[in-house]
Amino acid sequence: MLSNSSMRTPLGRVRGLGSAKSGTGHFWLQRVTAVANVALTLAFLCIVISLIGKPHAAAVARLSNPIVAILMLLFTVSGAVHMRLGMQVIIEDYVQHEVLKILAVMANTFFAIAVGAACAFALLKISFGG
Amino acid sequence: MAESRPAARPLSPHLQIYRWSWTMAMSIAHRVTGTALYGGTLLIALWLIAAASGPAAYGTAQWIAGSILGKLVLFGYTFVLLHHMVGGLRHFVWDLGHGYEPQTRMNLAKYSVVVSGGLTLLVWLIALTR
Ligand code: HEM
Repeated sequence: MLSNSSMRTPLGRVRGLGSAKSGTGHFWLQRVTAVANVALTLAFLCIVISLIGKPHAAAVARLSNPIVAILMLLFTVSGAVHMRLGMQVIIEDYVQHEVLKILAVMANTFFAIAVGAACAFALLKISFGG
Repeated sequence: MAESRPAARPLSPHLQIYRWSWTMAMSIAHRVTGTALYGGTLLIALWLIAAASGPAAYGTAQWIAGSILGKLVLFGYTFVLLHHMVGGLRHFVWDLGHGYEPQTRMNLAKYSVVVSGGLTLLVWLIALTR
């Protein structure tokens, strides 16, 4: 579809695809996670404030409350998805070298998934014990 | 790839050429805070892993968070998070097709500092007095 032998005009070929060649999907998911992040960030701040000065046992009890645990899971997962998308745009803006860019975008994905998985695992372990 | 002529479109604010303005500063601030939050997510992961690991690890995390340096980092994180959140709300206004008039843009930029600064102080007032 991107080959030069196409009968389509250059504008027709690229319209809607953007620099990441994935159309508006990236932009839209960034907005959806941004909207979610507003509510989840406020919940996160309330949760952290409520944990100040609490010893381990009390903190674990609070964090394993189903509502608190689900809000924390949503906050960390939505945050990881959102920050991956955002950092990818920054990389695409500043890293000009094609190979370095692909490696940086890949490393960004690995980092976001690793951090998200670490948060999710820790939260589940706190909730389910063991 | 596609045979293209450079388009006469507006460029991003260039740090060394443009005179600083509120809107430019807040545009850059949104990117800088997004990057800082990217790193901040690692701190959340470490905190949750400490809580999942047991009282000793959680005690260490609490000691670090309660130290002067820890408090400074957490205060900075709070402001960065709330500034990025309020900046994101500004993006939502634009996404809905509003707020493009010069005076409105300027006001949105100024108020985003005032509102996020105020929210940060409110959060810390609550945190320090409970
Ligand atoms: C609290 C609610 C949040 C809102 C409303 C929000 C909103 C947004 C919006 C609208 C954008 C796109 C800006 C653009 O298109 O130029 C963005 C970019 C970004 N966000 Fe967020 N965000 C939030 C939280 C977070 C969090 C928690 C993180 C990191 C863990 C984060 C990291 C980023 C990054 C790295 C970018 C890319 C910045 C850029 O391209 O200049 N955001 N955010």
